[in-house]
Amino acid sequence: MLELLKRFYASFGLPRLIILGFFIILNIMAIVLEVNFPELVSASMVRIAMNGVLVLAILPSIACGTGPNFGVSLGILCGLVGGLIAMELRLDGYTNFFMAIVFSMPFAVAVGLGYGWLMNKVKGSEMMFALFIGWSAVSLMKIFWLVAPFDNPEMAWPIGSGVRVTISLVNRELAQLLNQTWSFSVAGITFPTGLILFFLFCCFLVWLFMRSKTGIAMLAAGDNPRFAEAAGINVDRQRIYGTIISTMLGAVGILVYAQSFGFFQLYEGPHFMPMIAVAAILIGGASIKKASIANVIIGVILFQGILVVAMPVFNIFTQDMASMAEISRVIIQNGIILYALTQVVSGRD
Amino acid sequence: MPEQQYLLQMQDVGKSYYGTVVLQDIQLALKPGEIHAVVGENGAGKSTLMNILFGMPVIHATGGYLGKVLIEGNQVDITSPQQAMEAGIGMVHQEFMLLPNYSITENIKLNREILKDNLFSRIFGPKMKSLDFKTMNKDARKALDTLDMDIEEYVKVAGLPVGHMQFTEIAREIDKANLKVMVFDEPTAVLAESEASNLLRAMQKIAGQGIAILFITHRLDEVMEVADTITVLRDGRLVATKPKKETNIVEMAELMVGRKIETITRRKDQLKEGQVVAAIKNLTVRMPGEYVKTLDLEVFKGEILGIGGLAGQGKIGVANGIMGLYPTKGSVEINGKPLQLNNPRESMKRKIAFLSEDRRGVGLLLDSSIELNIVVTAIENQNRFIRRLGPFTQIDNSAIREHALKMIKELDIRCTGPNQLVRRLSGGNQQKVCIARALTLNPEILLVSEPTRGIDVGAKRLVLETLVKLNEETGITIIMTSSELAELRSVCDRIAIVTDGTVAGILKPDDSDADYGLMMAGQKRRKGA
Amino acid sequence: MSSETVEKVAQKPGGKFKQALIGFLTAHMVTIMFVLLSLLALYLSGMNATLYLNDIISRVSRNSFLVLALIIPVVAGMGLNFAIVLGAMAAQAVIIFVTHWGVGGFAGILLSMALVTPLGIFLGYLTGKLLNRTKGQEMITGLILGFFAAGIYWFIFLQLVGGFIPMDNEVLVLSSGVGIRTTVDLSGGLRYGLDDVWRLSLPVVMLLFGAIFASIQGFSYLKSERQGESKSRFYYGIVIALAAAAGGIFLIGSGSLINNITVPAGTWIAIGLLCLFINFFTRTKMGQDMRSVGQDRHVAAVSGIPVDKIRIIAIIMSTVLAGWGHIIFLQNMGAFSTYGSYEQIGFYAIAAILIGGATVTKATIGQALLGVFLFHTLFIVAPAAGRETFGDAQIGEYFRVFVAYGVIGLTLAMHAWKVRLQSQQKLGR
Repeated sequence: MLELLKRFYASFGLPRLIILGFFIILNIMAIVLEVNFPELVSASMVRIAMNGVLVLAILPSIACGTGPNFGVSLGILCGLVGGLIAMELRLDGYTNFFMAIVFSMPFAVAVGLGYGWLMNKVKGSEMMFALFIGWSAVSLMKIFWLVAPFDNPEMAWPIGSGVRVTISLVNRELAQLLNQTWSFSVAGITFPTGLILFFLFCCFLVWLFMRSKTGIAMLAAGDNPRFAEAAGINVDRQRIYGTIISTMLGAVGILVYAQSFGFFQLYEGPHFMPMIAVAAILIGGASIKKASIANVIIGVILFQGILVVAMPVFNIFTQDMASMAEISRVIIQNGIILYALTQVVSGRD
Repeated sequence: MPEQQYLLQMQDVGKSYYGTVVLQDIQLALKPGEIHAVVGENGAGKSTLMNILFGMPVIHATGGYLGKVLIEGNQVDITSPQQAMEAGIGMVHQEFMLLPNYSITENIKLNREILKDNLFSRIFGPKMKSLDFKTMNKDARKALDTLDMDIEEYVKVAGLPVGHMQFTEIAREIDKANLKVMVFDEPTAVLAESEASNLLRAMQKIAGQGIAILFITHRLDEVMEVADTITVLRDGRLVATKPKKETNIVEMAELMVGRKIETITRRKDQLKEGQVVAAIKNLTVRMPGEYVKTLDLEVFKGEILGIGGLAGQGKIGVANGIMGLYPTKGSVEINGKPLQLNNPRESMKRKIAFLSEDRRGVGLLLDSSIELNIVVTAIENQNRFIRRLGPFTQIDNSAIREHALKMIKELDIRCTGPNQLVRRLSGGNQQKVCIARALTLNPEILLVSEPTRGIDVGAKRLVLETLVKLNEETGITIIMTSSELAELRSVCDRIAIVTDGTVAGILKPDDSDADYGLMMAGQKRRKGA
Repeated sequence: MSSETVEKVAQKPGGKFKQALIGFLTAHMVTIMFVLLSLLALYLSGMNATLYLNDIISRVSRNSFLVLALIIPVVAGMGLNFAIVLGAMAAQAVIIFVTHWGVGGFAGILLSMALVTPLGIFLGYLTGKLLNRTKGQEMITGLILGFFAAGIYWFIFLQLVGGFIPMDNEVLVLSSGVGIRTTVDLSGGLRYGLDDVWRLSLPVVMLLFGAIFASIQGFSYLKSERQGESKSRFYYGIVIALAAAAGGIFLIGSGSLINNITVPAGTWIAIGLLCLFINFFTRTKMGQDMRSVGQDRHVAAVSGIPVDKIRIIAIIMSTVLAGWGHIIFLQNMGAFSTYGSYEQIGFYAIAAILIGGATVTKATIGQALLGVFLFHTLFIVAPAAGRETFGDAQIGEYFRVFVAYGVIGLTLAMHAWKVRLQSQQKLGR
């Protein structure tokens, strides 16, 4: 029994135990302090499901061996471009949402192809390179947003060219679209059914893919590239596939996120999103080299759950709860990434 | 005080790793100015002996060694390379320990820089002393002159010819003021012939200054040229120590190989030299450290062909080349039809399967389940174990499970179930998973490299028996590459010895030890068998 | 690209000059691209020379020290030290307290530097320990560590100061009584504490610089002990120094507006001393050990050099220097944003040194100073160029941020690619 516990501890790692403990303590305190629990659960579910697809986008990149995709902001940017095109065409509701996904896909595939090709050139420094190519792209796109030729007044500046910093989705019946689909309330808890189903559907698709011939080849390429070469698998090509899928999911992820949030955030928004998503999958038990759908779901529940529950609990201890929540996010998020990095080297055999 | 006359003595030295004895009862004594050669096959214990002498961490992280080491008659306990250097032991490593962007001087004086005081060093301590390049260059010049090297001491090491690099290493050792014993670990392996003879001359010159030299090698001709005394190791034991005058190449070869064969339940019927299943011509494989150079070899249907030879001679490259894992040239005909080279998929399509020598590196997906390991190559190359739905594919879990269970039973893989991660299996069971994966491809030819490496003794036998059983029951042709000659001689029909990238000759399992020894040491060539 | 490539190319017979030129261009691609870009932006901005000179002098003097703090970890083979933001945070922490105590001017600067030293050593030690556990991934670890440390820094200065850590100061602390305000004003305190120690007009400084630099070059020419070192470097140095001196004399005589531009000589002396120190340090035993560890950890370890310890010392030195550098930076700025100032420090310093031609494995004082000059030239002129060309200064600002990230990404990619090519060549022999 003790042996089993030890083994569990070794594979789970101290930081994850701390995070799990923190989550449990927060929940107990929330109950003890009699904060509005149903509201908290409802808010958690929304936050978990709206971030879920972005976290899912990290999975294929880990699976194919390029490591957690710190450059998923490239996919996010593609998603935003698709979203803006749908806005420009003044589409409404579901049409807008799904056409935005359709519009963003060609961009995501093209960008993912180029990005994956580059990732093969920088083997060994993928994470660092991904971070900076993501950040460069975000700042380059800021210039694009400034000159973008859109003229729907909902998003364009009234004078000159370019699009606004935040674009409201309310007028296009897009805000909360999925959240409200088949939504229902039980005991004061509101279930964002459509949003949750959409996230789970995406997970299901990725699960199916990982069980296909290509998916198996990708797993092999990511697990052991030299094995894969010997088994006749084109490792570089699998890495490109993984990067493309990750980019595509990133595009879908931001559209899901934005509809729940109610706004497109163009300029600063995508900057730190990749790190939040990467942190979530790592919290869920993934490593730099291996990840599963379960890691995605557990991770996003724990991480986003903490962020939601922490708010009202902190409110009791400090006047400045917003900053306290932000502080705990930053510490958890970067702490878990640092932990994962130390595991790469010491865990190698 | 007879002991005083020896510079270095090793008495009753032994070493075991995790209960496996790799070195036992070694006695060694070196006089000043003596060149003492230590010869032996791979795994005879040469490098362990050197690691002990040089205080390598690998020895002390695994519980130290037995016996005594004496320098000038005083017992020393060497627990780090630093201490070895302080005790007067110098070493020229097989891999160069040089920093390419430093000059020869800086490399010779690496971490032994000559320093001079300055203002800061008086305040902040000796680490802030400046380097005294003038004196350092002077010392370096002196060491280089001793070796008759006329290259400038301030030249950068990067881009120097290999021979010069090695001389730089040697210069570093002889620059050490207290050098008493110098170890050369396979020093000529990387050198061209003329460079090698330069080196041998330099060794004699160093010995002439009263320094004792320990010369580790497998090149018997070099031993005969320079050594005063020769010690032969085999299987971790000292077989013989003789003055050069009292022995000859043939005797040494015999001693090196020895005879310790436990025959595995092998049918003893005469091999039918019939159908050629694979004809290899002019095969050149650019595998780092295991170069194959224009090798010719014929493989008969249904036989177990062994490929033996010393490490670094190219035997490992043959199978890797046929599988297309390293850049390959030449021609390979399988059943009379040419095989497209440099393409693993093609090789598998032609019903060749491969068990890599690097089991954990190339042979397995360590973090995946046993069943996935068994079927993944078949999924990828033969579209088996998958279901198709139009353009979509899904793996066929029940078929995979059924096949995996069958394989686990047939090969007796000890595991908790087909879902267990391969990383958690023992070496022998991991190897069986590899065999299962290869068999799943239904091959006609099975290439097996170092099948028993890193596997404990009992399991070794099981793996070999499995291979023999397969060969007998299914008639599959097996090409087995191994560093352990005894192993090859116990299961193979014929054994090709690869030396310097080509086949030096093909021997029968019951040929004499001397034949094997000489052929492996590159002293003898014979065509056919 | 390293200088070896250049040499190799140059050695090929036939079209020697053309080969050498191509070699030079590829080796200095980033720097050359940047010179062209800066010139273009300078032209588009239509900026006046005096204004530009004034701005670039203050930017170069406040940033150089920080950028120079990056050199030592590169020498020790740890890449670009993104963790210098920890030094910057330490500096801000110290400055907040020094400001609270009301110590200003040069005394305040000295006090801050004295206090930031032990803090920097402590943080550097922890960083070094962590980086020793993530060998081969030092840069991303340092980068993420910077973000992680920011969380702790926020916690201390937003949640603890004023409450758990008592601080009664209406100017610094938020009205709620807990947490430091988002901007800290240093005017009347540390502002210009070092800059104002000694101000000189630009032409005088050029003259002095010329004289000093020429004598240093001459001195080190005579003292040069490493044989085989190219002597032409010294001649170039002396020519540059003399040109600067001559320019200074000319400007003093011409009575141009440039005579009104002053130079914070105190800060420049600090930068100069750091340059001399780095130069001296690389020639000491400790410096040689770092260079050895930087080239090959394994060989260094076998030669008995305590690799991990040397790496920790390199990071400690870098962190402390960054702390001092950030103090110099902030005293010139005169105010700082409590929760953000340090963040860009790492990126901008690293972008600057890379633009100067440094790589992950090689960085020199010259590259650091050239890089600061080029990068901040773009910083000054990009918004103006954006306004003149597109009618929007914002474009120029976004562009310079893009350039900072882009140049880091590009250099990393080129380095990773080169390493891969080399290992492939090694395998293929």
